[in-house]
Amino acid sequence: MSESSGSKLSEDAAVSLEAQFRFQFEPAQDSYVLLYPEGLVKLEGSAGEIMKRVDGNKTVSQIIADLEATFPGVDLRQDVIDFLEHAYAKGWIRQ
Amino acid sequence: MQKAGSDSNKVTGPLWVNAEITYKCPLHCVFCYNPVDYATFGPELTTEEWLKTFREARDLGAVQLGISGGEPLMRDDVEVMVAEASDMGYYVNLITSGIGLTEKRISAFKEGGLGQIQLSFQDSTKELNDFLSSTRTFDLKSKVAKLIKEYEYPMVLNVVLHRLNIDHIQQILEMAEAMGAEHVELANSQYYAWAMENRKYLMPSRKQLEHAEEVTNRFRDRVGNKMKIYFVVPDYYSTRPKKCMNGWGVVFLNVAADGLALPCHEARMLPGLEFPNVRDHDVRWIWQESPGFAAYRGDSWMKEPCRSCPEKENDLGGCRCQAYMLTGDAANADPVCDKSPHHHLITEQVELAQQPQPPAAEIKPIILFRDDKNSRKLAEREAAHRDDTTPVT
Repeated sequence: MSESSGSKLSEDAAVSLEAQFRFQFEPAQDSYVLLYPEGLVKLEGSAGEIMKRVDGNKTVSQIIADLEATFPGVDLRQDVIDFLEHAYAKGWIRQ
Repeated sequence: MQKAGSDSNKVTGPLWVNAEITYKCPLHCVFCYNPVDYATFGPELTTEEWLKTFREARDLGAVQLGISGGEPLMRDDVEVMVAEASDMGYYVNLITSGIGLTEKRISAFKEGGLGQIQLSFQDSTKELNDFLSSTRTFDLKSKVAKLIKEYEYPMVLNVVLHRLNIDHIQQILEMAEAMGAEHVELANSQYYAWAMENRKYLMPSRKQLEHAEEVTNRFRDRVGNKMKIYFVVPDYYSTRPKKCMNGWGVVFLNVAADGLALPCHEARMLPGLEFPNVRDHDVRWIWQESPGFAAYRGDSWMKEPCRSCPEKENDLGGCRCQAYMLTGDAANADPVCDKSPHHHLITEQVELAQQPQPPAAEIKPIILFRDDKNSRKLAEREAAHRDDTTPVT
């Protein structure tokens, strides 16, 4: 696990999934899920849409831009940052 | 996680498949939870049969796959299973003693998409480790721990605690820290199978438990977040039972080496239930239709004091296997519960554990090691017991 708690995400650096996590869509649960050793978290709605864009290449700003292009007319900026900060604190993602 | 019995018309799951792919094991741990009569079981499933089972469970929505045993690395097709199961969409967990984990194999597992490796350790000192697993394995395991780190896996250590090693808790934790462990599970052995046979030698005293928890808490304070430590006390010291497996046939599907499908590691021992084999049935039928998996699902099977208990949803009456082993009826309340009329069976054992016991050296010749010879002997005893108790019709 990264020692991430407390530190903030940079908007200009790429984010990727932590090594031991796996992210996928689960038809049986009709939801995106994050899998890790012996467990899973359901990422419903916007959480799934955000995590789908965490690919190790896109920066936080690029993820926001991409989402705003997909869902035009909605100001998603704060939601995206809040979720990614949460994911970072949980140790799901890294920079 | 789905709630047990929240919708009786729709059976969901399984989410977690545990594949005990072999009962072969180079260790002979006295607390092993494999069935005591494993040496008499039929042939192991083939690679293809395992893959078919994984696929069928995956189609039902299973996402976690545990590859365990025995020692799973005794089979040479684990690489194929890991790669195929990862492709199917499983998060694959390898549960191993580390014996047989070479660089070549770990590299193939990494390539195949293995999610995590859970490494078990019997103790931190070479002497006791070798005694309790009855082989010289400690040095080897330390090397394996290094390999796991090199391949950038999180270091997950599983140490089974019991009366004979629990006083070494400080050394165990220091060893875990030296190895760079990120997750350490210090779980007291649960009294099933081989551990049930050896229960009186394995159950720690109250004083031992208090000491171990105190040391663990102090260690936790010092290392902080870099090492997550879980400490699990034996349920005999509780007054409410565990919600075993999160409910019978709710999330967990165990498949034994010979293909028998079970709701937990131990259920094979329960009399009067016929469990299906993945060779004869597909997983959908097994999970959703088979009488064995329906037997204790939900709460309609409950008797008093569970049936009218306001807490019944919290623990679903505890563990069916423990209820059977101790009271002779799997539908009774788990006697860990102090509302059970059989709770004295637990407290009597706990009291016994407060008495002094001979030192490890004296126990070694009498404690029962898990091996094929002892397994056949125990199988004969079980068979004789079954004959004795079969009602004459």
